[in-house]
Amino acid sequence: MVPNDRKYTRDHEWVMVEGNVARMGITAHAAEALGDIVYVELPQVGDETVMGESYCVVESVKASSSVFSAVTGTVVEVNEELDAAPEKLNEDAFKNFIAAVEFTEINEDELMDAEEYEKFCEEEA
Amino acid sequence: MRSEYKLIFERSHEGRRAYDLPPCDAPCAMSEIPEGLRASAPLALPELGEVDLVRHYTNLSRRNFGVDNGFYPLGSCTMKYNPKINEELATVFDEVHPLLDPEMSQGCLALMKEMEDMLCEICGMDAFTLQPAAGAHGELTGLMHIRAYHEHRGDTGRTTIIVPDAAHGTNPASAAMAGFKVKEIKSAPDGGVDLDALKEAVGPDTAGLMLTNPSTLGLFERNIKEIAKIVHEAGGLLYYDGANLNAIMGIVRPGDMGFDVMHINLHKTFSTPHGGGGPGSGPVGVKKHLIPFMPVPRIEENDDGLYYLDYDKPDSFGKIKSFYGNFGVIVKAYCYIRSLGAAGLKEASENAVLNANYIMNKLRGVYEIPHDRICMHECVVTPTEEMMKNEVHTSDIAKALIDRGYHPPTIYFPLIVHEAMMIEPTESEARETLDEFIEAMKGIAEQVKTDPAAIHAAPVTTPVGRPDEVTAARKPIVKYEG
Repeated sequence: MVPNDRKYTRDHEWVMVEGNVARMGITAHAAEALGDIVYVELPQVGDETVMGESYCVVESVKASSSVFSAVTGTVVEVNEELDAAPEKLNEDAFKNFIAAVEFTEINEDELMDAEEYEKFCEEEA
Repeated sequence: MRSEYKLIFERSHEGRRAYDLPPCDAPCAMSEIPEGLRASAPLALPELGEVDLVRHYTNLSRRNFGVDNGFYPLGSCTMKYNPKINEELATVFDEVHPLLDPEMSQGCLALMKEMEDMLCEICGMDAFTLQPAAGAHGELTGLMHIRAYHEHRGDTGRTTIIVPDAAHGTNPASAAMAGFKVKEIKSAPDGGVDLDALKEAVGPDTAGLMLTNPSTLGLFERNIKEIAKIVHEAGGLLYYDGANLNAIMGIVRPGDMGFDVMHINLHKTFSTPHGGGGPGSGPVGVKKHLIPFMPVPRIEENDDGLYYLDYDKPDSFGKIKSFYGNFGVIVKAYCYIRSLGAAGLKEASENAVLNANYIMNKLRGVYEIPHDRICMHECVVTPTEEMMKNEVHTSDIAKALIDRGYHPPTIYFPLIVHEAMMIEPTESEARETLDEFIEAMKGIAEQVKTDPAAIHAAPVTTPVGRPDEVTAARKPIVKYEG
């Protein structure tokens, strides 16, 4: 269920690295915990992100939550579809990225693979 | 109970009036108004007879739910009963105008000064300002003190406010509003501040830490002395969010815990009406080192024992509200403090804590208690795993409580507890009321087993059942489109 083509954070975000660009989103577990997502406050192309700091806010009927960046760098692409259709994150959180960041810093040791992440979710529950 | 209740626009009939005036015989001044500024059509106001108008609003008002008609255990909001005598006493000042000369309004100034002094005593602070209009405004004002303090010392690198992830959402919002960066730190497993995370987060950029104690989980922060030490040694200040002050009056004081600046929500702790019942008030208290930066005017006493308003405070960051704050609210809170006295305030806190623990203990075994230890003035419970297997979640339990005549507790907050229900009974409630509420909660738990469909259908006793929250949030219709 959790794709093994990418890495995961302890805050339930996924990050897919291609060269020096990291494509980031939230996990299905995060989307499910949030409930129906009604708004995604997207970053803008050119924004700076800092590892471990919030770069996006996801709002559901229950709460609004910060989404933290796994990398430090500059936003080069955002998934503007989420503006009109935030429910895409509920439908398939792994297929719908939030932003792509050209990064200067990443700490891969902090990130988990799919198996580790699944275990992490079980432990957290 | 279900009813299609028409909007006032849908009740409109052309030509109906709630008044009968003779035709206007004054010359029409329309020509005085430049052509481009004239309305092309009359304003589309609803047209109703007086009886229909009165019934419309009277019937709507009867759908209100408040502390005056039922139990309202909305955690973190302290929905205590507001004694009616306080409302009455506040009307004594109805005729006073804020521009009246200070020598003509000595009574008002004396009351405000006394209020400042009483709040200092209750909170262990050195000075209070009554200006902020409500809690969040108090937070902003408090943070402006922190900013002014660092800037005055020439320490301009302190740009970050640390906020625990369990904090009220207003904390990071106020910090951002005051021009700070916000650094969020994770809570420890027991719901308190994670000391290691705090040690790692503080540094030369730390302006301060914002904290509630008791925490948003309704638990006393046992490490508060250690927290204060870490923040102070890093050069930061400690901000106390007074949201949960109702748990500790007369028992422990924020000033003694090491806090430098704080705000109080008078409408929570000191029994003034919430929300639509009247404006709020968020007095801010500070320790000595922050007094020079406080908003002006300060109320001072001259050699003749007369009060005056002192604007001559060169280091003050200025006014933050017109006049002197929401005076009427201050009067009500003053009356509350005076009627209870020191012993009464302490007793109020003790009963608030006792009531929350009573509920928590009675619900143990029926609901989950994620942080099971003696709580303060509110407790957090969650649905059991079995309830969740039956697809019954916190929101369903909240809706089922509505059918049983209760305002639901705060739900899905604090965010660090999955499916949280935060119950704050306050000291106002009699044991019978608590018992009835506990029975209602148990009844819901039982019904989850026998008839979960009924829980999913709740509420059935209200004019509106389950509005489509998702569509309402994704595609809101914000004006009448009839």
